[in-house]
Amino acid sequence: MSARADILSNIRRSMGVTGTERPRLVAVEDRLERAPRGVTVERGRLPQEERLALFVAQVKASLATVDEVADRAAVPAAIADYLRANNLPARIRRGDDPRFEEMPWGETALEIDFGKSDGKDLAAVNHAFAGVAETGTVVMTAGHENPTTLNFLPDYAVAVIDAKDVTGDYEDMWSKLRFAYGKGGMPRVVNWITGPSRSADIEQTMLLGAHGPRSLHVIVVKG
Amino acid sequence: MPEKSATRRPRVGLFVTCLVDLMRPSVGFAAVKLLEDAGCIVDVPSQTCCGQPAFNSGDRANARAIAEKTIAAFERFDYVVAPSGSCAGQIRKHYPELFQGDPNLAPRAAKLADKTYELVSFLVDVMGVTGVEATFSGDVTYHDSCSGLRELGVKSQPRMLLSSVEGLKLVEMKENEVCCGFGGTFAVKYGDISDSIVSKKTENVSDSGAHTLLAGDLGCLMNMAGKLQREGKTVEVRHVAEVLAGMTDTPPIGAPAEAAE
Amino acid sequence: MTAHPTSPRFKDNARKALDDAQLQKALGNVRQNFIERRAAVAAKLPEFEALRDSARDIKNHTLENLDLYLERYEDAVTKAGGQVHWARTAAEAREAIVGICKRVGAKTVTKGKSMISEEIALNDAIEAAGMQAVETDLGEYIIQPRHEAPSHIIAPAVHLNATQVESDFRKHHTHLDPNRDLSQPTQLLTEARTILREKFLAADVGITGANFLIAETGTSIIVTNEGNGDLTQTLPKIHIVIASIEKVVPTLEDASQILRVLARSATGQEMSVYTTFSTGPRRPGDVDGPEEYHVVLLDNGRSAMLGTEFQEMLRCIRCGACMNHCPVYHAVGGHAYGWVYPGPMGAVLTPTLIGVDKGGHLPNASTFCGRCESVCPVRIPLPKLMRHWREREFERHLTPATVRSGLGFWAFFAKRPALYRLATGLAMRGLARLGKAKGRFTSLPFASGWTDHRDFPAPQGKTFQQQWKARRNGRSA
Repeated sequence: MSARADILSNIRRSMGVTGTERPRLVAVEDRLERAPRGVTVERGRLPQEERLALFVAQVKASLATVDEVADRAAVPAAIADYLRANNLPARIRRGDDPRFEEMPWGETALEIDFGKSDGKDLAAVNHAFAGVAETGTVVMTAGHENPTTLNFLPDYAVAVIDAKDVTGDYEDMWSKLRFAYGKGGMPRVVNWITGPSRSADIEQTMLLGAHGPRSLHVIVVKG
Repeated sequence: MPEKSATRRPRVGLFVTCLVDLMRPSVGFAAVKLLEDAGCIVDVPSQTCCGQPAFNSGDRANARAIAEKTIAAFERFDYVVAPSGSCAGQIRKHYPELFQGDPNLAPRAAKLADKTYELVSFLVDVMGVTGVEATFSGDVTYHDSCSGLRELGVKSQPRMLLSSVEGLKLVEMKENEVCCGFGGTFAVKYGDISDSIVSKKTENVSDSGAHTLLAGDLGCLMNMAGKLQREGKTVEVRHVAEVLAGMTDTPPIGAPAEAAE
Repeated sequence: MTAHPTSPRFKDNARKALDDAQLQKALGNVRQNFIERRAAVAAKLPEFEALRDSARDIKNHTLENLDLYLERYEDAVTKAGGQVHWARTAAEAREAIVGICKRVGAKTVTKGKSMISEEIALNDAIEAAGMQAVETDLGEYIIQPRHEAPSHIIAPAVHLNATQVESDFRKHHTHLDPNRDLSQPTQLLTEARTILREKFLAADVGITGANFLIAETGTSIIVTNEGNGDLTQTLPKIHIVIASIEKVVPTLEDASQILRVLARSATGQEMSVYTTFSTGPRRPGDVDGPEEYHVVLLDNGRSAMLGTEFQEMLRCIRCGACMNHCPVYHAVGGHAYGWVYPGPMGAVLTPTLIGVDKGGHLPNASTFCGRCESVCPVRIPLPKLMRHWREREFERHLTPATVRSGLGFWAFFAKRPALYRLATGLAMRGLARLGKAKGRFTSLPFASGWTDHRDFPAPQGKTFQQQWKARRNGRSA
């Protein structure tokens, strides 16, 4: 017997089942179809304005920094300011997210690199798919629009997020994702990012910038 | 749970526990006084041990045989009360588990489990006792024994009653919910590890500055007293029932009779 | 490293650990940090206890239907362009992984942190096949050249201090300036980061574990704070996930419920920094990500745990809260347990994986204080499961003869109240007389395990039952 058949038959023998029981099949189909939300977290059910305030507070609690700008047009200047404030060169890498394409990059002195990172970039920016207020989590989806390597290789990672995309809890975020990608459809990678990289593996002392970014900066676009 | 009428005093079977029976009977008499003061009629049927040592050693057959004796001896009472969270926990949480699927004994075990309590939580939670008339001078610290704390929720009740003892001041030690390292036969089988655990406990006891250490389980108390004495520390160790009953004329655990007189 | 368990020598291991001053100091960190942080973060979430129930129920439901969810999971992985490899044993899992690495001519294989990879001793197999295996989690990276197993499932190097790490780095990073300053932990981190960055970029294959697998979408989830798992799985051409069969849960929502209790229980964070949901290989238009995505699904004895009293252990999400709160772990650390999984979860799991004849000490070396169960995010009754092992040992006559006969002797009396009263009454009076002067004994021949370390209080004299009988007779007379 193949390993697959063997393992499945061992499971069934241990459980005293055959795999053809109607009630079990129905229960499994039903759960996969309905995807019940389970226990609801109160702090994830706040109205829009408080939700955004919680998101900002939780992003800060995760040791990331936050900037809030009025509209999309203000993003390049905000990025330039951030790089300057950190004594970094005016240079950043990004993908071809359509929301970036709308922004007036030419109004700043920023030099832009495009596409995936080879590990030599100091700074990169991705546009978030969503944010989750309950833990201040930024949600990235993989693709040429926002290459995954840009979340992990640069020392300084910038995430741009539209305020309207901040959900209260994870479950609302999944609903949003299912709406965008279809039920059962998933981007190749979904990254939940809650603060900059860290490790406490040496004497239980927390240090930032273990392998990923030493710093995470979140720009919230309000308009 | 048995009905408690306003006129009828509940009949309590005292499960004295083998350690109290053999090592420190004064704790049993303190328990009797506390229960009688709370309005209970107390009786002590012939008994041995709850069977926990066998149960925890994997000897289910003997654990069941001993449990059967206990059930038979105690099922006629309204309540079963033990001056130990560990033994009360054995009856309350583990007897039903021992007889799971046994058509005759499972319901009897479940009934007994439902009416079995640790002494101090019984006084507070069932008898509605809010204070005691006792005096004790000095700072005491209280160790939360594991079974009482985690199996039976004994935490606030002893503190509430201790706060009513005249002259007593409770000072909490660090890590008061951490095991003392007794663990029944563990203390003998893994003496080295047990010693390391109890050493941390006695350090916390000393650091609290309390003159007296109290707890609700004699096993833990003997372990901590034995370590404190081996370390040459002068902290006195007693069962919480002795202090609540105002019966502290006996020498503390492990102290010679002469010293107290 | 993990092939030869030293669990049968648990007592010796423990003795050595207790005498190791440096280790004892390091264990003090565990005792402090993890416990306080978990308590604080749990207190901040009113739904925490309800979420623990929810996590337990999700795992129970999945285990009851594991065969069906695994089939659905495999379908979804295949649909997303990935490939599932089933492995009955550790050997089959090693074979599958080494096979893939060889096929693509891999030289360097990077690895995210995975306890399953320790369980199957994967590094040895990769090295034996002539490839370099590089652990990328900082803790794992530190212990790899020491040829040590992780001493904690989420903090592998928790037994070491910074000075030891510095001396290892000097010994192994010989291409660097010997006079460089490594006195600060940040300098050690930077050095590891720089070296590992090159490895990440050079790797041909990246291997990660999985915290969860999602049946609905064919997704594997990893949770890290460093981001090493993401670099491991994003940069090389091949991503291999190694996961055991009980890691599957039905939906993204189910995983989210459990994620809410995972980091809080593990490190005391509300959420780990990087939670990554991976579904299949690189897609058309993608500019990064692996070209191949493989999942090796390992059984290794787990299917046999189903339907037994140990099924509940399969709920474990490897958070480490049980060992963080265990007084025995605090005393002896992880290596004393002698194999891959330490602490209370290891005490239950190890005998199932290496046999109770070898791992039998572990479920015995517990005070049954219950603190592990009280913090377990999926409410595994760990003491009860350890007791089940003791029962199996007792049934199979593996319990040491001295314990067995002592227990039998005691039980003989405990079952016979009249004899018991007679015997104990005599014995206690004798003991009381002997111990009267001091109030305690400093040595007792039958309990040296006790009196080697502490005094034994002398009994007061007549037993309670003797005195009670006398009192009652007096009353009625």
